Amino acid sequence: MSYAGLRSLLPKNDLINFAVLALILVVVLPLSLDIFRLNLVGKYLTYAFVALGLVLCWGYGGILSLGQGVFFGLGGYAMAMFLKLEASSPENTAIQSTPGIPDFMDWNQLTELPWFWQPFHSLTFTVIAIIVIPSIFAYIIGVAMFKRRVGGVYFAIITQAVAAILTILIIGQQGYTGGVNGITDLRTLFGWDIRTNEAKYVFYFLCVFMLFLCLGVAQFVRKSKLGRLLVAMREMEDRVRFSGYDVANFKIFVFCLGSAFAAIGGAMFTLQVGFMSPTFVGIVPSIEMVIFCAVGGRLSIFGAVYGALVVNWAKTTFSESFPELWLFAMGALFIGVVMAFPNGLAGLYTKYCEPKVNQLIARFTGKSNDTSAELAPQMKTEGGNP
Amino acid sequence: MGTLKNAQAGLGGRLPSLMKGIASAVAGATMVLSAAVNAAPATSEVNTTGLAVTDDTVTVGILHSVTGTMAISETGSVQAEKLAIEQINAMGGVLGRQIEYVQEDGASDWPTFAEKSRKLLLQDKVATVFGCWTSASRKAVLPVFEQYNGMLYYPTFYEGLEQSPNVIYTGQEATQQILAGIDWVTKEKGAKTFYLLGSDYIWPRTSNKIARKHIEKLGLKVVGEDYYPLGHTQFNSIINKFKLKKPDVIFASVVGGSNVAFYKQLKAAGIDMTKEKPLVLTISVTEDEILGIGGENIEGAYASMKYFQSLTNDNNQAFVKAFKERWGDDIVIGDVTQAAYLGPWLWKAAVEKAGSFDVDKVREASPGIELTTAPEGYVKVHPNHHLWSKTRIGNAKTDGQYEIVYETDELIEPDPFPEGYQ
Amino acid sequence: MFADYTTSELMSIFAMQGFAGLILFSVFVLMALGLAIIFGQMGVINMAHGEFMILGAYITYLTSNVFADYMPNLFGAYFFIAMILAFIAAGALGMLVEWAMIRHLYHRPLDTLLATWGLSLILQQCYRTIFGAREVGVTLPDWLMGSFQLTDIIEVPINGIFVMTLAVGISVAIAALMYKSRWGIQVRSVVQNRPMAGAVGINTARVDRLTFGLGCGIAGVAGSAFTMIGSTGPTSGQLYIVDTFLVVVFGGAASLLGTIASAFTISQAQSTMEFFLSGSMAKVLTLLFVVFILMLRPQGLFSLKVRR
Repeated sequence: MSYAGLRSLLPKNDLINFAVLALILVVVLPLSLDIFRLNLVGKYLTYAFVALGLVLCWGYGGILSLGQGVFFGLGGYAMAMFLKLEASSPENTAIQSTPGIPDFMDWNQLTELPWFWQPFHSLTFTVIAIIVIPSIFAYIIGVAMFKRRVGGVYFAIITQAVAAILTILIIGQQGYTGGVNGITDLRTLFGWDIRTNEAKYVFYFLCVFMLFLCLGVAQFVRKSKLGRLLVAMREMEDRVRFSGYDVANFKIFVFCLGSAFAAIGGAMFTLQVGFMSPTFVGIVPSIEMVIFCAVGGRLSIFGAVYGALVVNWAKTTFSESFPELWLFAMGALFIGVVMAFPNGLAGLYTKYCEPKVNQLIARFTGKSNDTSAELAPQMKTEGGNP
Repeated sequence: MGTLKNAQAGLGGRLPSLMKGIASAVAGATMVLSAAVNAAPATSEVNTTGLAVTDDTVTVGILHSVTGTMAISETGSVQAEKLAIEQINAMGGVLGRQIEYVQEDGASDWPTFAEKSRKLLLQDKVATVFGCWTSASRKAVLPVFEQYNGMLYYPTFYEGLEQSPNVIYTGQEATQQILAGIDWVTKEKGAKTFYLLGSDYIWPRTSNKIARKHIEKLGLKVVGEDYYPLGHTQFNSIINKFKLKKPDVIFASVVGGSNVAFYKQLKAAGIDMTKEKPLVLTISVTEDEILGIGGENIEGAYASMKYFQSLTNDNNQAFVKAFKERWGDDIVIGDVTQAAYLGPWLWKAAVEKAGSFDVDKVREASPGIELTTAPEGYVKVHPNHHLWSKTRIGNAKTDGQYEIVYETDELIEPDPFPEGYQ
Repeated sequence: MFADYTTSELMSIFAMQGFAGLILFSVFVLMALGLAIIFGQMGVINMAHGEFMILGAYITYLTSNVFADYMPNLFGAYFFIAMILAFIAAGALGMLVEWAMIRHLYHRPLDTLLATWGLSLILQQCYRTIFGAREVGVTLPDWLMGSFQLTDIIEVPINGIFVMTLAVGISVAIAALMYKSRWGIQVRSVVQNRPMAGAVGINTARVDRLTFGLGCGIAGVAGSAFTMIGSTGPTSGQLYIVDTFLVVVFGGAASLLGTIASAFTISQAQSTMEFFLSGSMAKVLTLLFVVFILMLRPQGLFSLKVRR
């Protein structure tokens, strides 16, 4: 790619943003936090994947999905199934009536591994499945919805129903899924203990690495023609359609992309937390993930990361010091962000901090640069159909 | 020699705490004596693994949901654990050390439970944790406790199929609760047919599995088995199924908000439980749940569990009195609340038997620990970390209390992995 | 499964099951009507709908306590007072919320969803702080308990009849209000064309506030009625939210008739399946069925929308 092409894909401000985020996640946090807190940050970052997907779907595409937990869960469960199979080797499960199958299957009188668990013996298959299965699922939902021009509020509520269905199914089919307890007690990856501190460090950096990969993809989408089309669709869908674009296909694509991000986040979650349970599939976590995105700024891919970090940090701190009060704080945050700062942290940053930063850079480099063209598009209207 | 020196230094250093122990234990002279004797060991002796034990305090953790959907159920457990800790402190504490607690909120969210248990064990270095309520939260924290070698006192009656060296289960496992109940209902009430109903998750399903095996072993019949999603609020269809199948016994393990809806609708549909046609036998409704259901809506149902507030023994009367003094007169105490109350006492007994706060030593000392002061009567820790306990049948009354109609003669042995019932 | 029973037994059971379906239908109508007004007429997604219902339930609880303490001989009548108070309380809170929050967000429907979700969290915690984390038991007057025994098997629960009557009554009242009263005309004209409605002298802000208040008030009445069949706790409202939204969306947003039709379809589907399948599977299949139909007919069963 030519230098100019690269510059247009990664303008200076974004480059600075990438660098600052990398500095924080790779250098500052690992050096300043103990492994317990760093592991928490790693967990928060897995939500950032979901929030990142939501920035593309909701901020750019105007599609608000209240069922991102479904994809987070699918990714997480795929990973958990692989780890659970490894943890359930015939030696480890010798006391069961059927050794070699996960313990919860044994409790439910299953005597052999169900067919859909079989391929999860392979890590390659698992890794592919983590991305492909949620994408296919999102594709099916997307085709059914967007081809029929379902959007906005309808889409939000239908995704919510999907989340409800999947939760009930997972809980009800406990012989196959682990039920409400989820898939727990995951120990090793190819014989390597994933519960040790070293493993936690490794997974943290893996998580950060994957996050930057996804951020890169998101940046590419954002700066490409696709990104501009998404914004155009959000603002005036019919006009884009009349210009000869198949609006549905773009929406389907960005929805699939968002769900793939969420699924990667889910897999990272399983690795770092050590279990997966249906509580992440439901409606409540799905809506919470939307708020991470909204707090960070629904138009900023970096905002999504900071949003996820800040909200979760606040939640942990609040519930440690004032357990009875954190729901008030969360509720106030929802309302405050929506009413007072619709562009979230990123909006505040662009408005107040960025000009100063640019001045500083300009003074430092001796060059003046015009940043107004690069500003994140300020939101004017809410996307979506009535 | 070294130990003697340590002990002397320890005794000297312990004096302030000793004074405090004496001051707070004015109530009973014997207590003062035991506190004085127990206050002797030095911190370096009773704590070799770096737990949060100082010369006059020991820190423990309380980990329950005080927010979210489970807060309804877990509040009682928190209150019971705090009461037990306060009472122990008033008696001079454990090994001469006052118990301090760090309370964390699991927020009805399983990863939060895991996260908080990690915090309690790694950051706060608590000597033990009293907590968890649902099976899911226990399953989530279990690997953490096993990895960092913590100790958890788990209060809820649960499905069994678990026996961790790092958990003491102070509630009943499923067979203890269910088998006695079914035996009683067949023997005393001549029940022949059963309908099994539960919320759709692991505890009701496992419990019903055990119930079904036992019923079939007795040569009786299960005429139906049904599950509804957690939080389901419409039970008219299942009530019609009852009317069609006419079971002698409805064996119910519905939980949470569904409970309220189920019993209200059962009553409204003209099934008078006091007539015992069909008879309702539940394993999930404690006095706590009746508060929400309303005594008049569940009058006549039978419950099979190990503790009811209406137990008349002296231990229980003292416990109920203390509980009401501490937390208010209108409070009720259910099975789990009592089991949560046992936690700190069992831990104290184990620590004193071991003469150390070290988790490994406490674990070693735990089997065989007896508690003659338990509100439910007498309990004993089995080598499998569950409790020997009696099972009782209560008949629900309009005032929201159970009248105890039956009590097993012997303590029932806990059997978390029942042969042939899985 | 029917081989062992006589025809008359089966007939009775089917009658009973049909009746159970009707009760479920009434419950759905009560849940959804308030939301249908708010969502259908104003385009606002009120995620705190369940919490408004629970407010009604708590008001009922308080009223029953007051009556039990001070006017035990009038206890039989308290339920009506409680419903009126629930309507007023929930309606007033609704108008306050509209004034403080919703009116700033009319042009951003998805944002109302997030803001009202925040509101629902705050309300839940308020209930928990005020009434405690435990569920409260609402004592019903005696005449609402029990059932009429028609035949040996057929028994009709009185509170079921009460819920049905209430559902019909409220539906009729709303229909009259919307289609016969002057205020209803104003509401409908604001929905169809806000600037024009303003131009002809309708105070659109006031209409909005009253509409929102009315929707919340009905939620309060529904919550009050549900103390007969469900639980009253800080988080009980969450149990209803998905069902409620599906009913409204399935019916077609702007159509009250659609809401009723969809409540009927979903309730009958669910109660029929519940009888033949396990409760969980019935729920899953019902939801799948609704989602499937919505994919075929995205605007719901009834819709006033012109083709886009």
